[in-house]
Amino acid sequence: MMERDIVVIGSGPAGLCAAIEAAEAGAKVLLVDENAKPGGQLFKQIHKFFGSREHSAGVRGIDIGTLLLQKAEELDIEVWLNTEACGIFDQDKVWVVRDKSTSLTIHAKRIILATGANENVVNFPGWTLPGVMGAGAAQTMINIHRVLPGRKILMIGSGNVGVIVSYQLLQAGAQVKAVVEAAPQLGGYGVHTAKVRRAGVPFYTGHTVLEAHGTDHVESAVIVKLDAAWKPIAGTEFSVDVDTICIAAGLTPAVELAFGAGCRSVNSPVLGGLVPWHDESMRTSIPSIYIAGDVSGVEEASTAMEEGRMAGLSAAHSLGYLEASRYRSRFEAINHNLLALRSGMFGQKRRDAKEAIMAARKG
Amino acid sequence: MADDDKDMFICRCEEVTLREIEQAIDEGFVTVTDIKRVTRAGMGLCQGRTCTKTIARIIAQRTGKPLEEVLPKSYRYPVRPEKLQVVENEEFNDAKDS
Repeated sequence: MMERDIVVIGSGPAGLCAAIEAAEAGAKVLLVDENAKPGGQLFKQIHKFFGSREHSAGVRGIDIGTLLLQKAEELDIEVWLNTEACGIFDQDKVWVVRDKSTSLTIHAKRIILATGANENVVNFPGWTLPGVMGAGAAQTMINIHRVLPGRKILMIGSGNVGVIVSYQLLQAGAQVKAVVEAAPQLGGYGVHTAKVRRAGVPFYTGHTVLEAHGTDHVESAVIVKLDAAWKPIAGTEFSVDVDTICIAAGLTPAVELAFGAGCRSVNSPVLGGLVPWHDESMRTSIPSIYIAGDVSGVEEASTAMEEGRMAGLSAAHSLGYLEASRYRSRFEAINHNLLALRSGMFGQKRRDAKEAIMAARKG
Repeated sequence: MADDDKDMFICRCEEVTLREIEQAIDEGFVTVTDIKRVTRAGMGLCQGRTCTKTIARIIAQRTGKPLEEVLPKSYRYPVRPEKLQVVENEEFNDAKDS
């Protein structure tokens, strides 16, 4: 059986950073991704990142992705694309299918899961009509494939994904008719929200989409006001003329491989639901399996990169690749960055949620 | 919600409606895994990546159980849809490596 020190599953920001960190420590790393191109969501992120300078703040996601790929190439990291990780057996065997045609099993002394997250849906009559899609799907269409999903957009959700994608849709030439937010207050960072508002897009807090109409595609949507108990208030319905409805209602960690392998779960509503228990080193309840990025709780690309570095470093260290002192200093440096990213008005909530996961019983 | 609205699909891969899911809950199937087994919701191409959370929410609202109790905690492999032919073609390289 083929053997590698570390197999990293997923080549988004977390997986790329994990592979780089582990390879720098000297480990033999295989990075697999089901897509035809590496980088995960990074290459869709045409906006500048937040945080401090050391976290690449002010740099666009696509440029970070390019730098990480260059680094991976310099380190001669083995990358398999079009490779689906289908299962983990005996805690250290990764079953992959390459190009939908070749099945093989790799013995991995350590496994790092950086499988990301999936978009949540909102169900309403008409949600299966063509023209209703995840905000992430719309972002892929405009920023990767350069195709407009539609001309007249309704955005459901005012979190960062909702407002960033709304702005990028405007830049791409679409009209954003409205941003609807079920909560009584807006959810995204002020900078992104303000850009959309300045463009004249109306925001409706305490509202939701009631239904979509259309024969073979979306032709209009009905919006309704919600009461304090989040129930629609009869008589407040109004219709908007749209051909596309984008749903930005949060993400759910992609935990199938982790839980299939038997990793213990912890419920973290703030970070997207059930996630694998993990410690500060990103190790799960199964000692040979580490996790990083959205699969360990939905945050941001900047935290995903630091978690990836932590997982790569710790996995390599557990295989004897780093001296204790070097491990310690690097561990402290990464932890310092994570704490900085998890501070402030938005960050503190995520920090508390992360600490609650780590404090939960390992099982 | 109007009665007709219950005909909307919750699991679009397997075309399982809200009405069918609510009926199954009323018959006593009160976890996402139960619902999958009796209705096939979550057994299609996306393997429940779209509808699992929605079904959990529907069950929680209808039964009063916490979400955590009704969500699945284990998954079966393969986590991606593959043709059996792929496994049949498995490269058994143990022999030549050892």
